[in-house]
Amino acid sequence: MQFDKYTDQVLSQIDTEGFEQKGAFSLRQNGRSLCYGSSDHIKVIPKSDKPGIDLKISGEAKGDWVHIPVVITVPGLNDVVYNDFYVEDGAEANIVAGCGIHNSGCNESRHDGIHTFHIGKNCNVRYEEKHYGEGEGTGERILNPVTEVYVGENSVFTMDTAQIRGVDSTVRTTKVHLAEGAKLYVTEKLMTHDQQTAVSNMDVYLEGPGSSAQIISRSVAKGTSIQTFHPRAIGEAACHAHVQCDSIIMDTAQIASIPEINAKHIDAAIIHEAAIGRINDEQLVKLRTFGLTEEQAEAVIIENFLN
Amino acid sequence: MLQVEHLTYEVIEEGIKTQILKDVSFDVKDGEMLVITGPNGGGKSTIAKLLMGILSMTSGRILLDGEDLSTKNVDERANAGIGFAFQQPPAFKGMTVARLLNLAAGEALPEKTACMLLSNVGLCAREYLNREADATLSGGERKRIEIATVLAKQHKVSIFDEPEAGIDLWSFSMLVKQFEKIHQEKKESLLLISHQERIIRMADRILVIRDGQVECCGERDEILPKLFVEQKGCACNEEGGYGNAVR
Repeated sequence: MQFDKYTDQVLSQIDTEGFEQKGAFSLRQNGRSLCYGSSDHIKVIPKSDKPGIDLKISGEAKGDWVHIPVVITVPGLNDVVYNDFYVEDGAEANIVAGCGIHNSGCNESRHDGIHTFHIGKNCNVRYEEKHYGEGEGTGERILNPVTEVYVGENSVFTMDTAQIRGVDSTVRTTKVHLAEGAKLYVTEKLMTHDQQTAVSNMDVYLEGPGSSAQIISRSVAKGTSIQTFHPRAIGEAACHAHVQCDSIIMDTAQIASIPEINAKHIDAAIIHEAAIGRINDEQLVKLRTFGLTEEQAEAVIIENFLN
Repeated sequence: MLQVEHLTYEVIEEGIKTQILKDVSFDVKDGEMLVITGPNGGGKSTIAKLLMGILSMTSGRILLDGEDLSTKNVDERANAGIGFAFQQPPAFKGMTVARLLNLAAGEALPEKTACMLLSNVGLCAREYLNREADATLSGGERKRIEIATVLAKQHKVSIFDEPEAGIDLWSFSMLVKQFEKIHQEKKESLLLISHQERIIRMADRILVIRDGQVECCGERDEILPKLFVEQKGCACNEEGGYGNAVR
């Protein structure tokens, strides 16, 4: 199936691994399922009662991939989708999601992706999600993802999220429940500019003994944009957690970083770090001694900070 | 050739003017190694920063191959052919050592070349290429990477501000060999700010800065005896050198 140029353009931004109509995949465009397919170990099943898919990953999956991007190119669309992921014991899989909006109109375009993960025992799942907005219209581009994850015993869940640019407003809500020996690695990258706003609320419940979580958030706020981070690590058993929020603030932007750690067990070891600061002048000067202009040096620092 | 003419640098703090450098003039000839030495606080690093454009001079002129760089900014001076290694290099969160070297070289270096640059400053190369050049590296490791970034590209003049600071003896020996090699090839000029006798003894010429002024400048064999006079327990000597203070 051929896609229009805006869909191709947006896909190239949100699925840098390269979206292909083969293996396990699902492309949702403008509020409907455009195409989907299953592989031997990953079944993509459209829901019959509400918009969205059930994605079933068999325990036979060993490093398998599935791509499930969402693209909106119609102004004024309010799309809500419910995706449920069922991962069998022992599965190892990579899920590439993401949403991009091309809005060339004056009405807001919005996508709320509500994802629930049910991960079995001894799994290793990597979930990658990029958000992106573009278009010459004045209509806002809004993305409000809601993600709930249940990580089974001794499983590893890695979550990489990135909001690259062009999203006017986002409220991200994430809840993760970790069973015994489960491990969570979260890397959140965010860049806001102009008058954009971004809120990220993340609750991580370390419920099982030996569970652990590492949450790293890196963000850059430019223009008059406003960012708020509120990661919470709640230790309900003997566990380890580390929350780190680093932000670069520029122009007249505002950043609030509110890491919260909550121990409910004597052997819960939880650490948080948070730092907000402007671009380091010494870094700028160093890069300029390589012959980069101030603007080029600034772009390199931001790019690497977010990488 | 780098020519520095009547370089003066003043700062005003709380309404009080302080002269940091007073009428400093010298040159660095093509392929030459000039070492600037002298007591702490004398203005050596200030000279280096003024040459690179990191600080703005109060008066004077800086010329490179006849081109007046006095009003040029840092990147313009870099593109004119000046390389600069900081005494205390900054950490870069999120940037790999390999990326830093590529930026320094102005091109994507083959892995072999990047490894060689790191090996030349005493780092076990493959272990470092994909590491972040951030605060997880020790000061000595960052310093050696800093020197490697300057060696990554050929400049007309490379300035090293106390390259020995924070570096272990073994790595220092490798660094000295690098400076010797560059010096022998005569493809670029070296301006080193140093207190290290081994580096000072490599120089073609030595410039001694004290209290913001040129105390003396001349051929190595002329200046060395003034620096290393045998005057035990004394930091200064009657001939105007500063004896054991540099050791």
